[in-house]
Amino acid sequence: MRYDMIIAGVGGQGILSIATVIGHAVLDRGWRLKQSEVHGMAQRGGAVETHLRIADGEIASDLVPQGRASLILALEPLEALRYLPWLAADGRVVANLATVENMAHYPDSGEIYAELRQLPGCLLFDAVELARLNGSARAVNMAVLGAAASCLPLPVPALEAAISAQFQRKGGAVVKGNLAVFRAAHALAEANAHN
Amino acid sequence: MSMDRRLLLADEAIAQGALDAGLSGAYAYPGTPSTEILEYIQRQAPAGVHCEWSANEKTAVEEALGMAYAGKRALVAMKHVGLNVAADPFVNSAITGVNGGLVVVAADDPSMHSSQNEQDSRFYADFALLPAIEPSSQQEAYATTRYAFDLSEKMRVPVLLRLTTRLAHSRADVTVDAPRAQNALALPDDPRQFVLLPANARRNYAALLAKQPALRQAAENSDFNALTDGPDQSVGIIACGLAINYVREACDGAPSPHPMLKIVQYPLPEHLLRRLAEKCRTLLVIEDGMPFVESRLRGVLPHGWTIRGRLDGTLPYAGELTPESVARALGKPAAAVRAASALVVPRPPGLCAACPHMDSFLFIKEAMAEHPGGRVFSDIGCYALGALPPLEAIASCVDMGASITMAKGAADAGLRPSVAVIGDSTFTHSGMTGLLDAVYEKAPITLLILDNGTTGMTGGQTSLGAGRLEAIVRGLGVEPKHLRVLAPLKKNHAANLKALREELAYQGVSVILSQRECIQTAKKRSGKHFHAI
Repeated sequence: MRYDMIIAGVGGQGILSIATVIGHAVLDRGWRLKQSEVHGMAQRGGAVETHLRIADGEIASDLVPQGRASLILALEPLEALRYLPWLAADGRVVANLATVENMAHYPDSGEIYAELRQLPGCLLFDAVELARLNGSARAVNMAVLGAAASCLPLPVPALEAAISAQFQRKGGAVVKGNLAVFRAAHALAEANAHN
Repeated sequence: MSMDRRLLLADEAIAQGALDAGLSGAYAYPGTPSTEILEYIQRQAPAGVHCEWSANEKTAVEEALGMAYAGKRALVAMKHVGLNVAADPFVNSAITGVNGGLVVVAADDPSMHSSQNEQDSRFYADFALLPAIEPSSQQEAYATTRYAFDLSEKMRVPVLLRLTTRLAHSRADVTVDAPRAQNALALPDDPRQFVLLPANARRNYAALLAKQPALRQAAENSDFNALTDGPDQSVGIIACGLAINYVREACDGAPSPHPMLKIVQYPLPEHLLRRLAEKCRTLLVIEDGMPFVESRLRGVLPHGWTIRGRLDGTLPYAGELTPESVARALGKPAAAVRAASALVVPRPPGLCAACPHMDSFLFIKEAMAEHPGGRVFSDIGCYALGALPPLEAIASCVDMGASITMAKGAADAGLRPSVAVIGDSTFTHSGMTGLLDAVYEKAPITLLILDNGTTGMTGGQTSLGAGRLEAIVRGLGVEPKHLRVLAPLKKNHAANLKALREELAYQGVSVILSQRECIQTAKKRSGKHFHAI
C-alpha cells in the first residue's frame, strides 16, 4: 500500500491539523508516514503545503514526486491549482471553493473553478459555509478532510477516532463540533459520488 | 499508538535523541528551520534540564560550552546563519575541546525558504577540524544524535550535527530506545584546557590535529556510512544525508543498479571514496546544499575520473534537491506530468491583520515621504515584510542587527535622515552593541525598536529584553529626551508621526520604542485561535 497526497492552503488555515489527524490514524494502523511541512515566514498568509506519504513499508523521499499524488486536498481553490504538476493521472482533487484573496491580482475565481472542474472526479464545495451551517465555523479544515475521507486509504471511523484524540484537550464541545463538520462533509461527498 | 513509536519531525527526533542521551542542557536562539528542537525539549524535558532561550547563537554556544566544561552533556541548536554569529566560540571550542559531550546542531536552508543565503554548515565543521554528521532520515536523526554525544565524549571534541529544511520539517515514525542517565558534575583534569593563551592554544591545536586520523577512521568505519555494490558501473553514486532518499525514490524501491556510497559522517571517508572510484570512472555526487563533497573529491582523485554533480551542472548549483532533479541526474526518464495552471500567481506572506508593525510602518512611511533622500534600514523578522507592497518601506534586510549599524555607516557617509527599524528580539540578539557604536560617536540616526514583546517570525518564543528595553537603551547611553515610548495604534497616528518628525530632525541618536503586543501571541493568550488547531 502506498498513498501520496498534497495538502494545500494559505498560512493560518490549519493544514497541519489535517496532516496530524491523518498521521495519528496512520500510526494507529502500524503503517509508515512521511510528512513534509512548511514552517516559518510562509505561515504568515503565504502559500503553504504539506507533502504527505503513507505506506505499509519503507518510504524514501520526504517529498512527493511530481505526477504521483493520488489526492490534492486544498483549503483554497487557487492553492489546489498550484500543485497540479504533482497530481497523478488518476488523482483526485477535493477543494474548498471559498477564496482567500490576500494579494494583488488574484485571478478570476470563475476561471479557477472552471479549470478545477475539468479534472475528473474533482469535488469543489463551500467548506466555509458547510462548517458554519454545522455549528463550527472554524472547522473548515475538518470539512475538507471529511469531503476527502472516502478517497483516503483509511477507514472513516479511524479518522474520527484521530479527530477525537486531536481535539480532546480542547474539550468535548470542540470534539463534537469538529466531528459534526467532518461527518456532514463526508455525507456530502458520498451523495455527490452517487449522483 | 505503541509506546516506542512516535511521529516526530527530524528536529524533534534530534531533541528526543539528546534527551535520551542524558542531556543536561539545551541552548538555542529561534530560527527556521531549527526552532522546533528547543521547543520540543521545553515540552518534554524532565525538571532540571536547562531549556531556556538564549539572547543569540553566540551566547548559546558559550553557555553550552560552559556546561560541557562542567562535564555534562549540552546541545546547541540554530539555523545555518546563526552559526556565523556563533562562529567565534564554535571554532575555538574545537581548540579547547570538551569535557562533557557537546553537540552543535545547524539546520541549513537550501532554497532559502526562510533565510538570506544557502550556506552549507559542513564547511564550518571542516574549517574547525570537527566531525560533522548529517542524518538521512528522522530515525537516523534520533540515532545519530545519541551517537554524536558518545563520539564527542570519546574524542573530546564538539560534534556538528547538520540537517536541511526538508528533513528538519518532515515528520515520520521514529522508534526510540531506552534513555541514558545524565553525567555527574565533573571538572576538567587539566586546568589549562580551556585557557586559550597562545602557548596553551598551540598545544591544544596540535592535539586537535593529532586527533584527525582517528576522527577520519571513525567516519570510515561509521555504521551510518555505507558502500553498496551494484552491477552497473557506468556511474558510481555518492549520496550525502537525505539525498539517498531521492536516489531510492528514483529506483522505485529496487536496489540501486549502481555502486553507491552513502555519506552521513565526516570528515570525508576518503578510503570509502577511493574504493568506489576503483569501480567507477564517473562519479555522481548528490548533496543537499553546496557542493562540499564534490569540490573535495576533485582534489582526492587523480586525473581520468569524471566527477558529476552541482559543479558541472548535472544538478543545479542553487536550491534544495528534489525527487525530480535527482531522477534527472540519474538519467531516469521524466514522468508525464500535468502542466502548471496558467492562472497560478505567487502568494507571498504578509503582515497579519491588525499587526502592530503595520501601524508603525504607516507613520514611518508618512514621515519619510517628506525626506525623499532619506532611507530606512531594516532587519531580520516579520517587519522585513515591510519591503513588500503595499508598504515598500525599507531599503535593507541583511543580517541580525545590521539595521542599526548600516544606518550608522550610511549616516557616516552623509545620508540624512538615516533610519533603522529593528524588532525587540533582534535588538537584544545583535542590535545593542551596534547602538553603542552610534551612541559613542553621536551618529545622526533614528532607531525605531518595534517591540511586540516576542520573537514573532518563528512563532512567538520568549524575547529576553521584554520589559527591560527602556532601561537597556538608557543604559547604553541614549539621551533620555531622545528616547520616546509610544504605542502604534491608529488613534495615535498623528502623535506618533509628530514624534518621529521631531526625532528625524535631531542630529544625534534618537530611539523610538514602538510598543504593542504581537497579534498572534495576544490571540494565543486569550485562547482565540484563527482556526481550531
